[in-house]
Amino acid sequence: MTKQHANWSPYDNNGGTCVAIAGSDYCVIAADTRMSTGYSILSRDYSKIHNCKADKAVLSSSGFQADVKALQKVLKSRHLVYQHQHNKQMSCPAMAQLLSNTLYFKRFFPYYAFNVLGGLDEEGKGCVFTYDAVGSYEKVGYSAQGSGSTLIMPFLDNQLKSPSPLLLPAQDAITPLSEPEAVDLVKTVFASATERDIYTGDKLEIMILKADGIRTEVMELRKTLSECWQHTLSIVLIRISTLGSLCYLELCLKFSCVVNRFSFSYL
Amino acid sequence: MFLLPVSFSINADYFFLQFTIPIDNGDSVKNAEADSQRTLYPYVTGTSIVAIKYKDGVLMASDMGGSYGSTLRYKNIERMKAIGKHSLLGASGEISDFQEILRYLDELVLNDNMWDDGNSLGPKEVHNYLTRVMYNRRNKFNPLWNTLVLGGVKNGESYLGMVSMIGVSFEDNHVATGFGNHLARPILRDEWHADLSFEDGVKLLEKCMRVLLYRDRSAINKLQIAKITEEGVTVSQPYSLKTFWEFKAFNNPTAGAEGSW
Repeated sequence: MTKQHANWSPYDNNGGTCVAIAGSDYCVIAADTRMSTGYSILSRDYSKIHNCKADKAVLSSSGFQADVKALQKVLKSRHLVYQHQHNKQMSCPAMAQLLSNTLYFKRFFPYYAFNVLGGLDEEGKGCVFTYDAVGSYEKVGYSAQGSGSTLIMPFLDNQLKSPSPLLLPAQDAITPLSEPEAVDLVKTVFASATERDIYTGDKLEIMILKADGIRTEVMELRKTLSECWQHTLSIVLIRISTLGSLCYLELCLKFSCVVNRFSFSYL
Repeated sequence: MFLLPVSFSINADYFFLQFTIPIDNGDSVKNAEADSQRTLYPYVTGTSIVAIKYKDGVLMASDMGGSYGSTLRYKNIERMKAIGKHSLLGASGEISDFQEILRYLDELVLNDNMWDDGNSLGPKEVHNYLTRVMYNRRNKFNPLWNTLVLGGVKNGESYLGMVSMIGVSFEDNHVATGFGNHLARPILRDEWHADLSFEDGVKLLEKCMRVLLYRDRSAINKLQIAKITEEGVTVSQPYSLKTFWEFKAFNNPTAGAEGSW
């Protein structure tokens, strides 16, 4: 009798993308709000950004949402304890180290969470820390994690022209862009990622951290592919109807309505 | 390779034997896994639950079937239950695990009542509790094989959320489990709007349940609709939906291609 294999997996990928960009006196953290499983959408309005009740650090995670929620709870409670013991809030680099340790603690049954931690460091400059699922992390000037990261990261590399991490002396990777320019870049980047990544879309949540506080912006993203195709389709249909009969046109319009209803359908 | 009985325990009507499979190096860890008591697959399952927020609270619909694989074994299972004063829980998946969850929640509500402090558990709290329970069971590789829908109203605010068997949870204006996620959710995305009246809400749910009845193999035509408002929970009597089968093609299926048998 062979050993039984489980027919369920403790992990699931709920998709989504997170991005953060560090500036000279600000940090932008953004994530989409789509939560999926397989080819279905579970929610169009699920936030991946968690502020750990810290002024200077904001965590954004994509991956398996049950693990993400548990991870965020752990960090929130550890931060609370820190505040009670040290009578001050955790700094961003301290939170970064804590997150790394928390992730590595479950090295042999990992949190399936792909994290980007953004905030302001001790000098008030923006800082972004990027992680893998088991806690290896690095301070960078910008980062993207999640299902759309492969689409976004090369574009950010091109636009933000970060110095090589191999240079000595170490150069700061903080972007010289102004805050409105960085927010604009983030919006552009997500709009593009939504076009090609089925797990990214619906809404974009942007948090901008500055010394005086945190500001939140929400932007609508494409919900379905047929929002753009419907226009093209209607033009094609008018051409067809001059050749064929009217009922064929009706059939095509009905099809485009059905297509609009289902989340990941495409023509 | 042969099986060795390791321990016996006699329990009322039946023998209960535990076997270990001898493994080469006699590693005790591997032995423990071989006679695992963990859930491997579900046995008696319930199909979809569909739920929506409406003007006065939350409406939830489920059928009353319990399938044993492909057999429709039970036709009178109530898969929606009231929890405390403010919540309504619906479950799809393994029925015995649902009953276990009801036992956990019974204890939770009892302890809440024993405080006797005028506070009571709201739907948000129950949803959070269930998420933690499901997640922790998944961590121990012994999941409760259910997808749960938790709806409720407290202090005028409606709440509707869902938890899966591995602990993924979220809240939304409308949720559906299992096949409902594929068949009912698109209808709800199109036709749900805020402040539905009770009649419109029921009509919308019935529309979803009818589609599920036509297309889900494990659905039966005996459903209940539960309503939860600030006043409390009411679960309707079971009833059935009208279905239409008089399509011409069904009457004479071989009309286009007559065969000799």
